Amino acid sequence: MGDFVLSETEKRISINSSADIITARGAGREMAKQLGFSIVDQTKITTAISELTRNIVTYTGKGRVIIKKIHSDVSKKDGMEIICTDKGPGIESIELVLKAGYSTSNSLGLGLSGAKMLMDDFNIKSKPGKGTRVTIKKWLR
Amino acid sequence: MDIPILKIENFLVVTIQAEMSDDEVLKLQEDILSRIKEVSASGLIIDITALDVVDSFMGRTLSNIANTADLLGAKTVVVGIRPAVALTLVELGIRIKWNLNTALNLEKGIEMLKRRIGT
Repeated sequence: MGDFVLSETEKRISINSSADIITARGAGREMAKQLGFSIVDQTKITTAISELTRNIVTYTGKGRVIIKKIHSDVSKKDGMEIICTDKGPGIESIELVLKAGYSTSNSLGLGLSGAKMLMDDFNIKSKPGKGTRVTIKKWLR
Repeated sequence: MDIPILKIENFLVVTIQAEMSDDEVLKLQEDILSRIKEVSASGLIIDITALDVVDSFMGRTLSNIANTADLLGAKTVVVGIRPAVALTLVELGIRIKWNLNTALNLEKGIEMLKRRIGT
């Protein structure tokens, strides 16, 4: 291996309690830093991870987050992808939950819409009764 | 993790030193509010210099503390928000609902409280 260190390009973290939110945030920030994101982008990525993993804890209690390095062949840019999955109740109306301020848990209702605003790319798939998967991306400038 | 709540003159000063779990944040909220009542504080300063993430939960809790402290007769100032955190909060859309007074640092926070309370 010589004297260089291979950087880790994928991390998987189980989300079962609010303490796991901190673990996921830490892992996200570390990778964002490693990839060379600015302090502001590191903060945005970490905050988005915090919002999504909290959704898992609040609404389903159990899920998983995958944080990984990605590369776009189109833009030739590196970036970071975060995939949050759960097998919770799912979301009836995605349009509704993406409206800033919508909440069923007496929070600010900025979880999903906030994560969307902070990232470059946002994708959500949900089936009532089956679960939800949210994928977010941020590209290096 | 017990976070010290210091008393300076008639103000309480709380310095958050590390990232906190949701449960710890809620416990701190309780501790601060009962301490305000205990010492009849007229002002509260929360220093969040150490926080490199303030998400909507933390934002809401800080806002709740300020509103409740107000009902108990104490004005709140949050100090030490990092520039990257401030930018993120604005993009998150929190400014609409977050009715907190903020100051750059502890010193400016105390000045602000003194002006607001008129002492």
